[in-house]
Formats: sequence, C-alpha cells, structure tokens
Amino acid sequence: MTTLSAPSSPVVSMDMITKTFPGVKALDEVKLDLFPGQVTALVGENGAGKSTTVKILTGIYHPDGGTVRIDGDPAVFASPNDAADAGITAIHQETVLFDELSVAENIYIGHAPRTRFGLIDTAKIHRAATDLLDEIGAPFSSHTQLRDLGIANKHLVAIARALSVDARVVIMDEPTAALSHKEIEELYDLVETLKSQGKAILFISHKFDEIFRIADRYTVFRDGAFVGDGLISDIDEDALVKMMVGRAVDHIFPDRDPVVGEDVLQVVGYDHPTEFADIGFSLKRGEILGFYGLVGAGRSEFMQALFGITKPSKGVTKMNGEIRTIRSPADAVKNGIVYVPEDRGKQGAIIGLPIFQNITLPSLRRTSNHGFLRLAEEFKLARDYAERLDLRAASLDQDVGNLSGGNQQKVVIAKWLATRPQVIILDEPTKGIDIGSKAAVHEFMAELAVQGLSVIMVSSEIPEVIGMSDRVIVMRDGRIAAELAGDELSPETLVRHAAGITMSAESVPA
Amino acid sequence: MSRFIPVRETILAAAILVLMFLIASRFPGFVAPSNLANVFNDTSPLIILALGQMVVILTRCIDLSVAANLALTGMAVAMINVAMPGLPIPVIIAIAILTGSFMGAINGILVWKLAIPPIVVTLGTMTIFRGIIFLISDGKWVNSHEMSPAFTGFPRAELLGLPVLSWIAVATVLIFAVMMSRTPLGRSIFAVGGNPHAAVYTGINVGKTQFLAFVISGALAGLTGYLWVARYAVAYVDIAGGFELEVVAACVIGGISIAGGIGSVGGAVLGAIFLGVVKNALPVVNISPFWQLAISGSAILIAVAFNARAGRTKGRIILKSAEKPVGATP
Repeated sequence: MTTLSAPSSPVVSMDMITKTFPGVKALDEVKLDLFPGQVTALVGENGAGKSTTVKILTGIYHPDGGTVRIDGDPAVFASPNDAADAGITAIHQETVLFDELSVAENIYIGHAPRTRFGLIDTAKIHRAATDLLDEIGAPFSSHTQLRDLGIANKHLVAIARALSVDARVVIMDEPTAALSHKEIEELYDLVETLKSQGKAILFISHKFDEIFRIADRYTVFRDGAFVGDGLISDIDEDALVKMMVGRAVDHIFPDRDPVVGEDVLQVVGYDHPTEFADIGFSLKRGEILGFYGLVGAGRSEFMQALFGITKPSKGVTKMNGEIRTIRSPADAVKNGIVYVPEDRGKQGAIIGLPIFQNITLPSLRRTSNHGFLRLAEEFKLARDYAERLDLRAASLDQDVGNLSGGNQQKVVIAKWLATRPQVIILDEPTKGIDIGSKAAVHEFMAELAVQGLSVIMVSSEIPEVIGMSDRVIVMRDGRIAAELAGDELSPETLVRHAAGITMSAESVPA
Repeated sequence: MSRFIPVRETILAAAILVLMFLIASRFPGFVAPSNLANVFNDTSPLIILALGQMVVILTRCIDLSVAANLALTGMAVAMINVAMPGLPIPVIIAIAILTGSFMGAINGILVWKLAIPPIVVTLGTMTIFRGIIFLISDGKWVNSHEMSPAFTGFPRAELLGLPVLSWIAVATVLIFAVMMSRTPLGRSIFAVGGNPHAAVYTGINVGKTQFLAFVISGALAGLTGYLWVARYAVAYVDIAGGFELEVVAACVIGGISIAGGIGSVGGAVLGAIFLGVVKNALPVVNISPFWQLAISGSAILIAVAFNARAGRTKGRIILKSAEKPVGATP
C-alpha cells in the first residue's frame, strides 16, 4: 500500500526513530516519509508522539535511535540551524516570530543579505520580501509591523520565511487551530501553491475534514508507535479513526459498581462570552464523570470558571440541591469543590514551603485557633494524609522541591483531600507520567469514588476516559457535544463527537 | 533539624561575629556592651523597615517608597506636634502608623487592582510622597525647639537599660516572628511568593495578600517616621533620602530571595544588623564612610551569589534507597 504511486523518492525519511524521556518512551521505532509536492497528514491522539516527531525533524530533540535521511543520505541535526540548513522549516501553532520587527525583518532575520559594510541591506530585504509576499498573495506590505497582523497573516509571514530560506520541507503543526473559516480556505490555497512548487508538507491536524480536504498521504502514530501509512484516497474516515484509537486495552482499569447515589453537584447554564456556552450537567455521589474533547475545546476553561477563577462567566451551581455562589477559589473550597490543575509544576506544589505546610495550606482555618496556627495540629493533619497516600519523604519538614515528581503530586492531592471535599476536579491527572504511576493514580481515583467522593476527570486520553468514567461529557468548540454512558462509550464515538464527524449508519450506537 | 538551625542565618551570624572580632582586635571598645547597645539602637529603624520590606519581597513585590513614606509621616506628625503640642504620644504613634498604612495601601491598591508592576508603582509613589512633604512644609524644616519634649523624648527614654527605640525594634521582631510562622497570613505570604499560580487554586487571593504586605510595610514605615523624626529632633524634605536601598540591601544580605517565597525574619534582622555593624565600625577603624557603600555593595553581591549557589546545589531524592517512609518524621 505504501509504495503506490509515490512520485519519487522521499525528501525526508525517518526510519526506526526512537526517543525516550525519563520514564516515557515518546517514540518507538517510528517511520515517516515526506515526498516532494505532497501533503502528508500525521494523525494520532494526544500523546501519540506527533510533537516529538516535529521536534526531532527541526533539530530540537535528538533521537536515541534510528536514522533521519535527507534525499537518502543519513543526516544528523545537532541544532535547529542544521535542520534549517537541510531545508526543513516548521510553522507552529503559536508562530515564533518577533512582534516588534517589520515583516521583512522577520522574514530575513538570521540570514539577511549584507551591504559591503556588513550592515543589513534594508532595501534588498524589502525588495525580496515583497516578491515573496506577492508570490503567496499576502495582503500586507513588507514594512508592516508584525504585531499589527492577525494570526492568519502571521502564518503567511512564517511561510514567506520558509520560502526565503528555500525550504524543501514545511511542517505545519495545527496551523488552522486559531483561524477563521475564510482564513482556513486561504491557507488551503497556499498549501496548494507550496505543493505546486514541489515542497514536501507535513500537516498535523486533529480535524478530519481538513485532513481529507488537503492531504495526499497519511501516517498514523499511536502511543509513540507507527501504526500505518498510505494514500488518503485509499482510506475513509472510519478506517482512519480505527487506526488512530483502536488498540487493545493494555492496562486494566479498576472495577467499580455503577453508582446510584443522589446528585451532589448540579451545574446549569454556564456561559462565558468567548470560551464556552450552555454548559450544564449533574454529578452523583461517588461518580466519576469524564470530560473528553480536543485540546482547546474549552474543558479546562469551563472547569476554571466552575472553580471561581475565570471571572466573566455566568451560571448556577447547586451543591446538594442548594444554590451556592462561587466567586473565587476560596468560595469553591469552602463549598467542597477542589481542583487539581493540569500543570502541576506551575499550579501544584509550592516549592520553598515544607511538605506539611503545602498539605495544610487550604485547611488553615481548621488547624488554627483564634487566628494562630497550631503546628501540632498541622503535623497531624499532614501526616494522616501523607500516610494515606503512601508519601515517601525523609520528613514532613523538608522542602517539597526535594521530592520526586510523583511524590510532589501526592503532596498536591493530599493537600486537596485534607480539605474534605465533596467534588474533586482532576485536570489531566495522568498526563506526562509513566505507566506504573498511571495505574496507581487510577486505582486511587476509583478508591476515592468508592468512598463517596465525586470526581470530575478532564482527560484527553481515550482509554483513561473509557476505563475510568461512569459517564462522559464530550465538549467541542466550547459546547457540550454529547453525553455518553455505558455501551455508547467507545473510542470511535468519542473521537467522532469531539471532532464533529457525522455518524455513519453502522457506527451509530444503539 | 535544618528547620531549627537555618544554614543561611547561621553563616550570616558567624560573618557578623567574625567582623566584630576583627574590629575588636584593634579597638576593644567597640564590643563593650554599652557600645553594642548603641549600635543596635542605631540599627533599629533599619531592622523595623527591613521586616516590612521582607514581607513585601516575599510576595514577589518590592517597596521603594518606604523611605519617602517615613519622611512624609515624620513631617506630618512633627507638624501635628507643633500645632497641638499637648497631643499624647500614643495618639501620635497611632496617627503615624495609620498614615503610613494609608500610603502603603495606595501602593497595594495600585499593584492589586491595576496590576502595575510594584517597582513602577513604588518608584512613582516615592517621588509623589517626597513632593507632598515639600507641599505641606513649604520646604521648611521643623526643628527641635519647635517640638514638644515628650515628642522628642519618647524614643530616647530608657527602659531596663535600653532606649525605647530599641525595645520597639525588639517587639517588632517578636511580632513578626509569630506572624510569619504562626498565622494564616504569614503562611499565605510565603505561598504567594513561592508559587502564585498554585496559591490561587488553594483559595488564596494573591493580589489581596500583596496588598496586605504593602500595608504592613507602610505601617512600619509610618511608625519609623515618627521614631526617626523624634530621635533626630528634626524633620525636612530629604530625611532618610536613599534609605530604601539600604532596607532592600538588608533583606538581600539576609537571604530574602528577590524572586519571592524564600526568607526569614531572622535573616532580615541579621542582614540589617550586618549593615549596622559595618556602618558603625567604619568611623571607629578610621575608614572613610564612602567605603561603606562599597562594602555594602560587595556584601549584597556575595550574599546573592551565595544564595544562588545554595539554590543550585539542592538535589532531588530520586533513589528509592534515599527515601524513608513518613513515619520517621520528628
């Protein structure tokens, strides 16, 4: 299948590429071929290894094994400059350009033509930049300040820059994520232009309509491994979704009985001017409710609003049937809702405070007497929860910064459990941790639910969502796309609702 | 155990002792108890202000307006004293603290509600406060003969062998030691500086905590304003000019991380005492006071380099064998 009508040999070919990070195998002997004049879509779930692949191709990461070949010759990219010299350039989701410089300066920064005095030849870069901008049909002049351009136009500058270094391979990492419909159409035209110039394009996208619209070939990764590749014309959406998600569940999720408790939390009509609209659901005692969606679907944004962080949002929150006003995280904690955020490094443990003080921080009202803290009480509270979570530390007095990542996470979770919450929101609870720790987190989550705590789990990992949740809410573009439970929960239905693919007859659940 | 014998503070205390030993080897009179009491008394305003500054720096802010706040409050209470010589001293002190707190609150509100960088806010209010002193005083001095004897006498009155000024510094240190280690506010101050993002999720209002830090710093600046003016028995526009930098220096030397979240009451006090000893020793050993600036500057650089090093060498426990279960907690 892979040898079909490849017009020529690949420009870039990754072969048996492996990349390991401490505790995680990000890429396991993957292969990826990019052909001149063709768009190859790299398809995979979050964590499939797409970003790592891009970083290896652009010289940011160095593979631990395997070969990257340029025109058939092995190449080693010691630095991003080497990759650029080999003609590989990437256009990122957040374009890396300089706001305070002009468009021409952005296009030529790092390789600007010089005058004979060694100064930058301004006249020449503007002339050359104007030619490039005309070529791609950019509606602005080379003198425009970059900061005055919108994201779509910044992409054009990045593409012009790629052309200026005579790039042969252009990597587009979710280029349409922040574009309007019209801008996306213009980007497609540009991709066609680049194709006609013989550039090889690597296109990374979660949107299936996009992939089928502009890609010629596809390559699928799953969990850091190569699954398959071929021509887009030989495959349909169903088959591609199956390749992307269809895996043997390689990890046993803890067994729980279905919950039949009463509603603890009810959320009605949550709206935000720009981030989400019309969010409403209920959560039973002891239930695990999964929130699935693509990155940027508004899940974390909504959770932050529910927790009282995002201010300009409206909506009604009821705890045990009573309306509660939550205007700040302090209100949320007081009402029994806690939030374990995604970026634990930034939003989790407080480095510099000892372990016990980290654990008691949200519970200081309980450990103090007439406004003075009682250290003995604090130690007792901290020790109770540290023991429950099997925290491994020399002493509760030591700086939390000296703990390993997994133990730091235990401190953060202990901190929240010590507030005796009724609802715990876990945002990507297992992102970036190794398989063993994942199982421990899942085990623990199930235990919490059995003990009567209600869990909201925001996750982008399909097996986790299906394996752990009693019910799943799928969000898309800031709205609830579906609420699924029981037999409706399958990788295919989740991906379909999240990506907005219409149901084909045979895969509509009964 | 490291909690009870903090390394940084121990080293700084040792440095102060070595310094005093060196001075004493040539001028034994310097370490006579009466002279040491004088040095402490002379350093008391710096200690008080350094504690306020410490709180602000811990929350990732900085207060450059302390000296101007001090000067404005000092001028205000001096003029009140001239106008109403009968006003009792406790009332004067209350006015000074309230005036200082109010100015600190202005800083705090600007940082909290308008999210202006603290260095910009306090650089601005520093200039404004100095300008206001000129406006209310017409640039004139308030001299000792205009002040009431009770007004000027209070900080110098002796109690158990030490002037009241010294006792106020001691009391402030004790209050702050308790506040920082035993109250939710003290804990919040460390949390906000250590990891503001995490503090938000914990239910701590970061902006409000920073606001309170500025109010505390302002209150102490106000208190010191009265003590300063009364002690030197003079008030004019430029008193304590540039003193804010000495206050920040005391904190930095004392190991308060300028990035926030790390520091201690003991460190701030020792930092202030170090500068006080240097300042008082130089005339004794007959070195030009201009050297004092160079010495303070070097001390700051050494302290910062030392702290940066200490931060780097901190290792992580990765090996399982290096870990012990929690049961071993003291």
